Amino acid sequence: MIRDITLGQYYPGESWIHKLDPRTKIIGTFVFLVALFLVKDFWGFLVAVAGLALVIGISRVPLSFILKGLKPVFLIILFTFVINMFMTKGETLVGWGFLVITREGLYNAFFMGVRLVLLIIGSSLLTLTTKPIKLTDGIENLLGPLKKIGVPAHELAMMMTIALRFIPTLLEETDKIMKAQMARGADFESGNLLKRAKSLVPLLIPLFISAFRIAQDLAMAMEARCYNGGENRTRMNAMRYSRRDFLAAGAMIFFVVLIVMERNLI
Amino acid sequence: MSIEVKNITHIYSEGMPYESVALQEVSFSVADGEFVGIIGHTGSGKSTLVQHLNGLLKPKSGAIFIGDVDITGEKVLMRDIRRRIGLVFQYPEYQLFEETVHKDVAFGPINLGLSEEETDHRVREAIGLVGLDYQELAERSPFELSGGQKRRIAIAGVIAMKPEVLILDEPTAGLDPRAHKEILDMIRSIHSTEKNITLLISHNMNDIAALSDKVLVMERGQVAMMGTPREVFSKGAELKKMGLALPPAAEFMDRMKEKGFPAETSVLTKEEALEALLFQLKDNREQVVQ
Amino acid sequence: MNLMETIIRIENLIFEYKREEEQEVVRAIDNVSLEIPRGSFTAIIGRNGSGKSTLAKNLNALLLPTSGEIWIDGYNTRDPESLWQVRQRAGMVFQNPDNQLVSSIVEDDVAFGPENLAIPPDEIRIRVDESLKAVGMYEERKKAPHLLSGGQKQRIAIAGVVAMKPQCIILDEPTAMLDPRGRDEVMAIMKKLHQEGITILLITHFMEEAAQAERVIIMDQGRICMDGTPEEIFARSREIRELSLDVPLPVELAEGLRENGIPVPRSIITTEEMVDYLCQLK
Repeated sequence: MIRDITLGQYYPGESWIHKLDPRTKIIGTFVFLVALFLVKDFWGFLVAVAGLALVIGISRVPLSFILKGLKPVFLIILFTFVINMFMTKGETLVGWGFLVITREGLYNAFFMGVRLVLLIIGSSLLTLTTKPIKLTDGIENLLGPLKKIGVPAHELAMMMTIALRFIPTLLEETDKIMKAQMARGADFESGNLLKRAKSLVPLLIPLFISAFRIAQDLAMAMEARCYNGGENRTRMNAMRYSRRDFLAAGAMIFFVVLIVMERNLI
Repeated sequence: MSIEVKNITHIYSEGMPYESVALQEVSFSVADGEFVGIIGHTGSGKSTLVQHLNGLLKPKSGAIFIGDVDITGEKVLMRDIRRRIGLVFQYPEYQLFEETVHKDVAFGPINLGLSEEETDHRVREAIGLVGLDYQELAERSPFELSGGQKRRIAIAGVIAMKPEVLILDEPTAGLDPRAHKEILDMIRSIHSTEKNITLLISHNMNDIAALSDKVLVMERGQVAMMGTPREVFSKGAELKKMGLALPPAAEFMDRMKEKGFPAETSVLTKEEALEALLFQLKDNREQVVQ
Repeated sequence: MNLMETIIRIENLIFEYKREEEQEVVRAIDNVSLEIPRGSFTAIIGRNGSGKSTLAKNLNALLLPTSGEIWIDGYNTRDPESLWQVRQRAGMVFQNPDNQLVSSIVEDDVAFGPENLAIPPDEIRIRVDESLKAVGMYEERKKAPHLLSGGQKQRIAIAGVVAMKPQCIILDEPTAMLDPRGRDEVMAIMKKLHQEGITILLITHFMEEAAQAERVIIMDQGRICMDGTPEEIFARSREIRELSLDVPLPVELAEGLRENGIPVPRSIITTEEMVDYLCQLK
């Protein structure tokens, strides 16, 4: 089940997009999201879709894989659509009692729906083409200047790194403990909600203990390897912007100019 | 009661790009009361195999008869299988979760739907069988026990279900020599008291040779050999090809033979090795004494 | 110069800790003094609770002595100023292969130590590649640790320490959770590093492993109860058994033969030596 969720997953590849500096991609995604909110009609979305299509094309991530990512958020999209459709005042098209669909409502529903879909696809492209660990490095670097005002950029990034490292380990551990308790006759699947919640105790307690043990061991191992927080630390893979990133930045500026022009001219 | 495994095949992540065949046409049988050692490399399919015997995994094809019930059948009650086949996983102490030792050991029997009285009786018996003192430990938290004690309590949790087949997956992993020996003695005494079928997965060839009536060798998801320890461990060359070791005494005699020493090959223990050496060297001894 | 000869010096080390619930004080290490020469390979063996792991953690300043002193390459572990010198010089590898790797990419993990030491990026790259090659894991450098075997993970942990260019590596039961193949891999790496001049301190409860060291120290109840070459130690097999430790098979066979009138020299402790000796008798 968990494997089916492609949202936020990395799709391995060697494309031009994959090779961009993570910071470029993070900023680019951010710019794209802001641009989506600048758009005020469907012509603007056309520009956005064209831009997105270009990026997807270059990245060679299959469209079907990207669309699968929409599945888990489908309900949210539907909800947005329905709310907008019924809750906007204006010229009535159809009506059943207090439920009224207006022309403006329908327009809004589609407008918001498209915006949400583009928003999700745009941001999922970031995670699809960037290894989580690179993403972490990028976030740490971009947040760097905020350290002065007390944002724990390094600590946040380290937490993400460790989480990425140990999620598979904990999943494996969960599977093991679950099987061990099932071998002792535990039943995780039947009964009402309360009974099922109760049946999780033999799973959760050993799992917590495991997680604590890992945390303890890891803290000690990190200390032994001279870890002392983010101060005075170097990085092996210091990030460097390349020609590619300047090209991408140029493309981004062009995109924003197009969106703004469309907004003001048409 | 006997076990009859017939042509079971298991494939992990079937249909996915990373699918892998974990078991392929595995067949073997175990007679009532037998002690079978299972050896093989990490990844050879040992753990997958024993999880099938307990119904935690279902084979893609094939059948597993416990007595005369095919446990791969649709209508079989899982609870029934779990009652009859006890499986102790690697590092079983990681599954302890209750406030007291008594409650933790009682978890299995209660899941089987046994009465309070019967559960209580079994818990006492199981803790005794693993060589611990019920009075002393019953009301203590399992988390404050020593490593070796924790492991025994975890094993008691399975034994309290009175399984007809007891499967232990590397029960001595990570223990120091004393705790190792204690667990081994415990397994031996449980087997002789309960007279059940016992399957022991281990990398320690000495333990396998000392305890097993038969040895099952797994290699790449298939049964590579099955026979008495003497039969299996006399095939040193084949085992080494699979990356498996011999019991140290057998290994030693093998080396002697390679160097041209006319030694026996069916040696398993150090006592037998010593006897064989003394036999061959008896002329020398006389010379030395003279 | 004395410093050149002794890399680890322990003087009258006592380590005590309080047990959480009962107020009693437990003495884990009871007045241990020890000197480890630079470039040596020493095994410390003992049962669980003999104090051997506590000793290891004291050497890396993860724990500080209750009383007594420890110097690593001339730096006192108590001195907060020299904490990083101590930890860089005495690298440590732990028992659980899963719980000591930080990053989800092998080479990033190996880089973790040098990054903490603020080594320039180009230099880190060189060190990471060299260390991964030294443990035979260079091909796996881009992989995720959870896809590797226990032995491989442990080799990466060793590479992570090697990349910090330590004088000495302390391995705290590095093979306890491994299968036989993983054990062999890790032992082979240890021997290789020793040959390259790194001081190795191996903490273990496997006698076969200790037998491969140059010096064996047996600990029990927080004290050193035997210290010598493997030959000297195994000559006292009865005492070893009393401490619930194993005696290697060749030593046991030699004893049995001696009892039966075949004068096997006491210097014979390995299988190879024993086989050669017996074959020349026949």
